[in-house]
Amino acid sequence: MEERQSPSPCSSRPSSPRTPPCEMFGSVGIEAVLDQLRIKAMKTGFEFNIMVVGQSGLGKSTMVNTLFKSKVWQSSVPNLELPMPQTLELHSVTHVIEEKGLKLKLTVTDTPGFGDQINNDKCWDPILSYINQQYEKYLQEELLITRQRHIPDTRVHCCVYFVPPTGHCLRPLDIEFLRRLCRTVNVVPVIARADSLTIEEREAFRSRIQQNLKTHCIDVYPQKCFDEDINDRLLNSKIREQIPFAVVGADREHLVNGRCVLGRKTKWGIIEVENMAHCEFLLLRDLLIRSHLQDLKDITHNVHYENYRVLRLNESHMLPRGPGWVNLAPASPGQLMSPGPGKVRKRANKDSREDEC
Amino acid sequence: MAAFDEVRQLKKEHPRSLTMCGHVGFESLPDQLVDRSIQQGFCFNILCVGETGIGKSTLINTLFNTNFEELESSHFCPCVRLRAQTYELQESNVRLKLTVVNTVGFGDQINKEESYQPIVDYIDDQFEAYLQEELKIKRALFNYHDSRIHVCLYFIAPTGHSLRTLDLLTMKSLDSKVNIIPLIAKADTISKSELQKFKMKLMSELVINGVQIYQFPTDDDTTAKINGAMNGHLPFAVVGSMDEIQVGNKMVKARQYPWGIVQVENENHCDFVKLREMLICTNMEDLREQTHARHYELYRRCKLEEMGFADVGPENKPLSLQETYEAKRHEFYGERQRKEEEMKQMFVQRVKEKEAILKEAERELQAKFEHLKRIHQEERMKLEEKRRMLEEESIAFSKKKATCDLFQSQTFMAAGSSIKKDKDRKKVDGTTVFCDCLSAKERVRLCVSPSRKDLD
Repeated sequence: MEERQSPSPCSSRPSSPRTPPCEMFGSVGIEAVLDQLRIKAMKTGFEFNIMVVGQSGLGKSTMVNTLFKSKVWQSSVPNLELPMPQTLELHSVTHVIEEKGLKLKLTVTDTPGFGDQINNDKCWDPILSYINQQYEKYLQEELLITRQRHIPDTRVHCCVYFVPPTGHCLRPLDIEFLRRLCRTVNVVPVIARADSLTIEEREAFRSRIQQNLKTHCIDVYPQKCFDEDINDRLLNSKIREQIPFAVVGADREHLVNGRCVLGRKTKWGIIEVENMAHCEFLLLRDLLIRSHLQDLKDITHNVHYENYRVLRLNESHMLPRGPGWVNLAPASPGQLMSPGPGKVRKRANKDSREDEC
Repeated sequence: MAAFDEVRQLKKEHPRSLTMCGHVGFESLPDQLVDRSIQQGFCFNILCVGETGIGKSTLINTLFNTNFEELESSHFCPCVRLRAQTYELQESNVRLKLTVVNTVGFGDQINKEESYQPIVDYIDDQFEAYLQEELKIKRALFNYHDSRIHVCLYFIAPTGHSLRTLDLLTMKSLDSKVNIIPLIAKADTISKSELQKFKMKLMSELVINGVQIYQFPTDDDTTAKINGAMNGHLPFAVVGSMDEIQVGNKMVKARQYPWGIVQVENENHCDFVKLREMLICTNMEDLREQTHARHYELYRRCKLEEMGFADVGPENKPLSLQETYEAKRHEFYGERQRKEEEMKQMFVQRVKEKEAILKEAERELQAKFEHLKRIHQEERMKLEEKRRMLEEESIAFSKKKATCDLFQSQTFMAAGSSIKKDKDRKKVDGTTVFCDCLSAKERVRLCVSPSRKDLD
């Protein structure tokens, strides 16, 4: 057992020691703090913000409905009488869902019109600016003198990108988008409408996509550099082998073998959404909700938000100085969207390593 | 080039509740949170305030069931110091980094006016360190060893009467900075009836003087009842001991006296079990949250306001921290430049003044030199004059001497015959001849001296 003494009266804080553990003679009750945490968590509830990006008709809204087993969007089928949106818009909906006494405030942001125009150049700009706006909002709240006890968190924790099932490889639009977004937010790519691919085609497509991602240095969630220990690495490498998941969404129930399952009914059979042999929807759901939700939020808070903060606070030194009062110009979208090659990423927890991509 | 409009969002409706048709599975969220906390480990900092020898170290040992190897402190410290020690404890899969801060020399001095200031300063220093880390541009808050004090155990001496002034003052100055839990130390020296009265007196004194001690939270259903009951037992009367005594057929921690055994973990004997229950098992998380959300935020607000930041500008427009900071920096630069100019001016002026003075001094010296020179010249001339006169006198004297000698030789020749006759008499009257010659010389001298007098 080691002890560190502060050298002078009321000097600075005791140094963070690497103290070997003390032996306790009996149980003290420190374990009870876990229960305290649990109780506190149940009381305050959770927040989760998810964004779905992809071309129209890929089944984004249906997927969201299937994930949360409810009608998040009022209507899944777009109204065909209205013209297709000419520009990219973002629609956000917030719901509070409750399960077994636990409240989750879910915000889903949809991006209709993405990739639908003839010229899709810079179609990722509105999305990036939306994400940065949320970071900015949080930053402003954090910098206030009188802060709220619990700052409302609207930052996007996860972005699900729908890759159309061409069967070939990633398209230039996909690559451009993924490249830019993976540095700002956690991106999970999925193969949409996977029921149009056979199993062999699916595997080939997946491996080609993985190669493409590697070639272009796109680091999708779960990022390799944030693996803490051996358990995490094992778990995450299994997931990484299967990214992108091939998913099918459905919100209608059908009768199969006497059970009521969610699925799509076609002339040649019923595709069950929750059947691992048919599609990998369960993997996606487990990743997003059951096992890695907290991790998604942590990485957003500790890495992406901190990166944004560093960039933003450093910017103010580069502003032109006038003779009188200095006006802080609002963050213009152009400056923050294409981060320079020197951007660093910080390690979430114990060992901090710097990665440049 | 696709001209994209401003991003439009549907107005965010007040979140409405959604019912689900099936099981989604996010009730594992608290487990995910707990797992992450287990990985990170917990951190808890206790400050023990009380006079020397009141049993602080023993109580901490007993609370955490370990021997922390604290050395006994002396009573002769000139001022109050704080000694912090960090330990790592592990119970099943929970790692706790415990920091215990002890006050050394509290209440030992003759003049106790400065007793509580070091404690307040220490607590503020920890807040300041956290604030500095939070305000950094590149910060590492998730990795940060949180050293802010989460709870202050205040040990009250078991006099049985009332709070002492020092206790009151210290608690009053600490109550807005840290969660205070008052304890009656060495409670085995008070009898049960006295204890009740003492407790009531203490609580009423605290209330009258407006000291805000930590109240166990009663807003959550699971803990409301027990916390509420415990609130009524404050301050806890505790006894600490690590010695094991055999009572009945088991070994318990106790203190043995000739008249009986005081068992530490017996609820009838003292409130130790209550303290442990409240401090560790039920409210550790709440204590940490209160420290962060209330005390730290208060400190932060005061500190930032002191530095001149505000949320709302002069025309009630919201100011951002950065704007204020930039403005302040600009102001500071301007101020600094002005000061530099001032200093330059002053410097130049001083130099000029000094030059003038030096010139003046130089002139004076010159004048003095001239004056001295003149005097010197005059003296020299005088001396020259005197020398000349002296020389003239000596020439005159030698002349006179020459004439006298001549005269003398002449007189000798005249008196030569008489001298021959007196040759015999010479031997006898050598002196007489000598006297005769002498008298001649004397006569000559006499002749000379008046002439000398004439000269003068």
